[in-house]
Amino acid sequence: MSKYTEDDLREELKTKEYEYGFYTDIESETFPVGLNEDIVRAISKKKEEPEWMTEWRLEAFRSWQEMIEPEWANVHYEKPDFQAISYYSAPNSKPKYDSLDEVDPELLATFEKLGISLDEQKKLAGVAMDVVVDSVSVATTFKKTLAEKGIIFCSISEAIQEHPELVKKYIGTVVPQKDNFYAALNSAVFSDGSFCYIPKGVRCPMELSTYFRINQAGTGQFERTLVIADEGSYVSYLEGCTAPSRDENQLHAAVVELIALDDAEIKYSTVQNWFPGDADGKGGVFNFVTKRGLCEKNAKISWTQVETGSAVTWKYPSCVLKGDNSVGEFYSIAVTNNYQQADTGTKMVHLGNNTKSTIISKGISAGKSQNSYRGLVQVSSRAENARNFSQCDSLLMGNLCGAHTFPYIEANNKTAKIEHEATTSKIGEDQIFYCNQRGIDTEKAIALIVNGFSKEVLNKLPMEFAVEAQKLLEISLEGSVG
Amino acid sequence: MLKINDLHASVEDKAILRGINLHVKPGEVHAIMGPNGSGKSTLASVVAGKEEYEVQSGEILLDGENIDELSAEERAHKGVFLSFQYPVEIPGVSVTNFMKTAINETRKAQGLKEMPANEMLKMIRQKSELLEIDRKFLSRSLNEGFSGGEKKRNEIFQMAMLEPKLAILDETDSGLDIDALRIVANGVNKLKSEDNAVIVITHYQRLLDYIVPDFVHVLYEGRIVKSGTKELAHELEAKGYDWIKEEVGV
Repeated sequence: MSKYTEDDLREELKTKEYEYGFYTDIESETFPVGLNEDIVRAISKKKEEPEWMTEWRLEAFRSWQEMIEPEWANVHYEKPDFQAISYYSAPNSKPKYDSLDEVDPELLATFEKLGISLDEQKKLAGVAMDVVVDSVSVATTFKKTLAEKGIIFCSISEAIQEHPELVKKYIGTVVPQKDNFYAALNSAVFSDGSFCYIPKGVRCPMELSTYFRINQAGTGQFERTLVIADEGSYVSYLEGCTAPSRDENQLHAAVVELIALDDAEIKYSTVQNWFPGDADGKGGVFNFVTKRGLCEKNAKISWTQVETGSAVTWKYPSCVLKGDNSVGEFYSIAVTNNYQQADTGTKMVHLGNNTKSTIISKGISAGKSQNSYRGLVQVSSRAENARNFSQCDSLLMGNLCGAHTFPYIEANNKTAKIEHEATTSKIGEDQIFYCNQRGIDTEKAIALIVNGFSKEVLNKLPMEFAVEAQKLLEISLEGSVG
Repeated sequence: MLKINDLHASVEDKAILRGINLHVKPGEVHAIMGPNGSGKSTLASVVAGKEEYEVQSGEILLDGENIDELSAEERAHKGVFLSFQYPVEIPGVSVTNFMKTAINETRKAQGLKEMPANEMLKMIRQKSELLEIDRKFLSRSLNEGFSGGEKKRNEIFQMAMLEPKLAILDETDSGLDIDALRIVANGVNKLKSEDNAVIVITHYQRLLDYIVPDFVHVLYEGRIVKSGTKELAHELEAKGYDWIKEEVGV
């Protein structure tokens, strides 16, 4: 019998190839590399945007030029050359289709490889899909059903055309153009993304879902998402990502803004599986994302994320709890393997009275990866009776990876109650032997242990996503044993 | 069923088992006793296939097949069960989920389809009633926050679910009060049949009042130095191990 040691385990973890590593040859219209005001104007023109939008982008671009890349995160990478990136790429077959038959068959084949059959997705579980390949929305389904309820779910480009008043009113209100380096860049050059508006008192009847993919060599992807839940409304939004394998690093700098007006609730779930780089740490996506939500009175925003991909992740989905009695939640599973680095967490900013936040973070590190939780809980001096509970658990596999926790707490009001719990554990040979003895092989045992560890967060995902997420965890961490 | 011939095994180059011979037939209960550090738990681990232990020589035959080259899970699939002295915790994995996975993995290895959910439920109901286990207990995370008694009872529950050919109970009595001991022992007795065998590893004779052995073996410094019937256990209880040491001339 071969002796199964921690070294073998590490070896197996190394050898799991990226499942979605293929490249689809679709004719694209790609801008020349480099970034200047002309490029920003050209992007805006390409998208037939109104003047105010062009100006807004230019303002962002000018701020960005003055800014420097943040270096405080616990990650090390070669900084991208922002002048070597092409800032616009759109599939050539640009017009929207009435039916899937009209869609470029090669694109459909790509979806198939990913296991996303639109037809099936349409029929299954009532998930409306806004599929984004590179930067332009290609197919949107279920629009009609949503329209009947007055729900707007479309690409952000379309929203700028069709609903300028809503976009103008809310874009940049939660993540201002100059919020940070990457947000400023995104504001200047965002190519597309999703827009969602739920009218007053409406409960969105289905989970809204978007699949993002990067599909063009050397193309940065700058998604912009804006979700507005009007008073008393409810929406659950799912976002899932997979990306084809690439040798050079790809930059992904998205911005997501959520606005939950009085008594509204937004549930935002993400499964992120960008190409993490190969076993030697070559390639992989740089994922520098700004996600933030604003809660008005009695509103609630809940972020759930399963992060298994990307070479470098820099991501802090946050909640600004502005209104009294508002609630913010952050549930996260971050898996790093090989040379992946993740610095992720959340910010809970308590401004209103009786505001409440919960943070559950599960970090799983394997290989030579580094996994950091970074979280801020801030209570303003005017916020009476703010309440926070944070729990950060780390699971280590092998001896070469790292888990770090950086909790920041700023309580400026004496009535605040803040709790922080943290644990670190390692998958032990004893645990694996116990499973083996019951007839469960090592691969399955690791999956079982990891799923158990992540259960609190997996339970927060909508059903159809939970299954996919569970699969992803297994793919990310297991080799093919035996 | 189980035949161990001149088994030598070591851990980290330290010889622990130095020539074990043991023959267990279907329907039998064997007790292995001995002072601390005599190699009792090592024997259990080696038979179960724990990787840290290296078998230098000798053989372990299960139904005539040498299982020395098999992995722990393969031995489990062939019906070897070890009730752990210190069962590990697996947070977030319920007893039920764990059992479901174990049973289906074993069935898969045997070329069978997964057990249908209703059948599984029926089996869980039967076995938990048999062992007087509160069903609420089964939804708890495996061994997490379990009392000593609960952990051991959970081991026996797993044994009941997996229906092994050969069960090795490694100090199942340690950490149990007298009531828990009785429940666990009753469970084992209920599971006994003409077709399976049990090896009970224990320090004390009190467990053997409940699980009555056909044979008692004394393990000392990696060898079985004395074998007998249950009277031997009483003798050990009364006299301790020193007389054995003298008798074997150490």
